[in-house]
Amino acid sequence: MEVNCRQLTNNLFIELEGEFDLHTADYFSTEISNQLTTEIDNLILDLDGIEFIDSSGLGAILGVYKKINQKGGNIGAINITPQVERIFEVSGLLKIIDIYSSKQEVLDKI
Amino acid sequence: MENQVELIIDSRSSNVGLARVTAASFASQLNFTLAEIEEIKVAISEAVSNAIIHAYQDQVGKVKMKLRIYEGQLEIIIKDEGQGIEDIEQACQSSYTTTDRMGLGLAFIESFMDKFELKSKLGVGTELRMVKVPAQEKQQVN
Repeated sequence: MEVNCRQLTNNLFIELEGEFDLHTADYFSTEISNQLTTEIDNLILDLDGIEFIDSSGLGAILGVYKKINQKGGNIGAINITPQVERIFEVSGLLKIIDIYSSKQEVLDKI
Repeated sequence: MENQVELIIDSRSSNVGLARVTAASFASQLNFTLAEIEEIKVAISEAVSNAIIHAYQDQVGKVKMKLRIYEGQLEIIIKDEGQGIEDIEQACQSSYTTTDRMGLGLAFIESFMDKFELKSKLGVGTELRMVKVPAQEKQQVN
């Protein structure tokens, strides 16, 4: 899985590509933790390139959510595929992660 | 038509994807929709990940995946020879987790497969049997 991060004002945009499972969950957590500076308030996940996710991937997302939430920040997601949205829905993750229709919408509302 | 395949993998996280793709390819012999194939992939991923994390923990053992098509249904058996589960009832609760995987592994399997049975013996290992029937076949029966 590829994890590409870039900072835009106080938001960290995270582009994910590939399969998000037991094999890649730790890599995601480490990459994001390394990027979580004091300037970052919110995380925005671009899920367009995610081909697969299971509970290991969801657990890793929940882990970074806890960190950003402790700072009073939020997590938003864009470009979610129907398969990934279903997994988010079944797991209850949609209760803590808001889905936005575009990059502009997430920047306006998060 | 009856058909079967067995795959034995080392309990390494790099092999989870292989187990998933093998099962998805085998399952495509039945009339599963793409959404159902995705559900099978999630169930396999959860079952194999459980074996890697819980059965063998820091050691490397063997995980056996048996796939069988018979009577229009797909049967999947994931077997390990790891430490076993002490309390199966507790392990099946969706809030139960020993790692940071949200305790959802078995909940996903239960949601996405038509049948699921878990047998385990401490010090001997665990066997998870799952069955899925294509929705199209169920509609024809009904």
